[in-house]
Amino acid sequence: MSSKSPHPRIAVFKFASCDGCQLSLLDLEEELLDVVGAVDLVYFPEASRRMAKGPYDIALVEGSITTHHDAEQIQHVRRQSKTLISIGACATAGGIQSLRNWQDVSEYVRTVYAKPDFISTLKMSTPVAEHVPVDLELRGCPIQKHQLLEVLSATLAGRKPNIPTGSVCLECKRQGTACVLVTAGMPCLGPVTQAGCGAICPAFDRPCYGCFGPMESANAPALAQRFRVLGLSQPEIERSFRTYNAWAWQFRRVSEGSAGAPAAGHEGRQP
Amino acid sequence: MRRSFYRLDRSGLSLILDQLKHRGYTVLGPKACGNALQWRPLDCLEDLPGGLSTLLAPAQYRLQTGSETCLFGNPGGLDSIKAILHPPRQTITTIRKAGDQLEISQETPPAAKLAFVGIQSCDLAAVAALDRVLLQNGEADEVYSANRANAFFLSVHCTQSGPTCFCASMGTGPRAKAGFDIALTERLEGEQPEYLAEAGSSLGAKVLEEAHALPAPPEWMRQSTEATQKAAEAQTRKVNRQAARAVIDSTFEHPRWEQTAKRCLSCGNCTSACPTCFCVNYEEQSSLDLASAQRVRLWDSCFTLSFSYIHGGSIRLTPKSRFRQWVSHKLARWQDQFGVTGCVGCGRCIVWCPAAIDITEEFAVLEQAAGSAVTAGGSPHGH
Repeated sequence: MSSKSPHPRIAVFKFASCDGCQLSLLDLEEELLDVVGAVDLVYFPEASRRMAKGPYDIALVEGSITTHHDAEQIQHVRRQSKTLISIGACATAGGIQSLRNWQDVSEYVRTVYAKPDFISTLKMSTPVAEHVPVDLELRGCPIQKHQLLEVLSATLAGRKPNIPTGSVCLECKRQGTACVLVTAGMPCLGPVTQAGCGAICPAFDRPCYGCFGPMESANAPALAQRFRVLGLSQPEIERSFRTYNAWAWQFRRVSEGSAGAPAAGHEGRQP
Repeated sequence: MRRSFYRLDRSGLSLILDQLKHRGYTVLGPKACGNALQWRPLDCLEDLPGGLSTLLAPAQYRLQTGSETCLFGNPGGLDSIKAILHPPRQTITTIRKAGDQLEISQETPPAAKLAFVGIQSCDLAAVAALDRVLLQNGEADEVYSANRANAFFLSVHCTQSGPTCFCASMGTGPRAKAGFDIALTERLEGEQPEYLAEAGSSLGAKVLEEAHALPAPPEWMRQSTEATQKAAEAQTRKVNRQAARAVIDSTFEHPRWEQTAKRCLSCGNCTSACPTCFCVNYEEQSSLDLASAQRVRLWDSCFTLSFSYIHGGSIRLTPKSRFRQWVSHKLARWQDQFGVTGCVGCGRCIVWCPAAIDITEEFAVLEQAAGSAVTAGGSPHGH
């Protein structure tokens, strides 16, 4: 805690990402005044020029680690923070940019940049937890702002946050949304995806595309088998698992099915 | 009580609905909502799925236009009335800071007056099973009690079985034996259906009398019994319920559990769709300014890791242990705990499982593995 304020000092850090997750904090329109009344946002470059030094009580970390500088910086963030919460699919799984992990990134650099020599990047886009210990992950692309609020409320109350790790299906059934896979044969990733979004897509007659990443015991191969029965081709199945959480090992189990081995020397985390 | 039998045409049935509303009931029935039938308030008979039919198979539910004008021909839809009596999300307690004091309010709903129109025998049996758990098992659950208190059941005997139905083998249908106020048999002889209405309670008889229902021709009762008998015989799925406990007990280590667990998604669709799965989790919530807190109750599932979390970790770590827990509880352990099986044979778990796991198929494999020693005592169809 700061000597001046009784409120927890919160810092928001960004790595390779689109800023959408940290904007969820500003997107807490109705609750925003309560938030700034309850916590001290001491480092949040997206919102304020005030950039106080650490240590911090809570660091919210957005984005994946894609450069040497990122890899050093995240160590610094960890050292400065009592609690480190990674927020969003980039920070928790490597994000959409982890698609580079299956390609030759130097070829991209040569193709895209006029002076490739100026570009220093890592071969892989990896989640924060592959670099430093993470206390809590908030999933989603972007995160659900009420889950962020829940984490802050729980921290202030000194209780465990209610962040369910079961399937999206449980949310669909609780809110009475008819399963789009069963009623319309849509290739829905809900059964292998972590709840927390409020099962928005199926509520609008769209299949879940897995932006919250794998649920606690995701059986992606079994769902892929079901997709095959529904008539999806192997490339279609692989593509459906290779989006925002492509690098999560539970989804890679499927997407690497026939597409060959992952980029050399990197197995990712397994429990 | 002595049962009395009446005949109703469509307008007579409509009158019954009006009578119920007049008596202060909220009238609910299976209504087409998007892609499935769901329990919803009914304004009139037109809200019932007349002219619609459902195509059911493992992991498949299709609501489609049918040619018949029957209002009640379809097997159970997405939800059972569990979703209304034992809601998926319920605030139990709210606590507010008022100066130095804490204001604590219990959020028990007031006693409701709900009339369920078109409830089938399997779901009536499910209510009876839930009663044992939530009303008669120690202290009554306040939320369930309040919703259940004045429930009126206008049930329908099934004269057609769906391909995933197995109520006949579970002894729960397709004819409702008890628990209804009025039981209808839908008869389609002319262009419009007619109804044989059987009073199952004095209130049911009174409502029928008030609607000036005429006595039914004597042969209608016999025809009704024949029609439900035919529906029972048409069922292809079954579970030998008399042998269920012995089969489950003797196949605890059978490799089938592991084989099916490889297909199981642990998603919890089966427990959510099941009309008797009653497990809940309690969440403590607090506001950011710490001025208020709530205890909220949510449907839980034994397929989640947190469900079996005790000091040190979850005790059912593998999908196999969770799948086995669920099937064992439904078919065997429930009998130990509550004296009835937890399965009523409605087939919803088969239909709504995205992986097309079929509890009757699983049981058949285990039963065969358990061998004749186990099954000798029970009749093969369990009627």
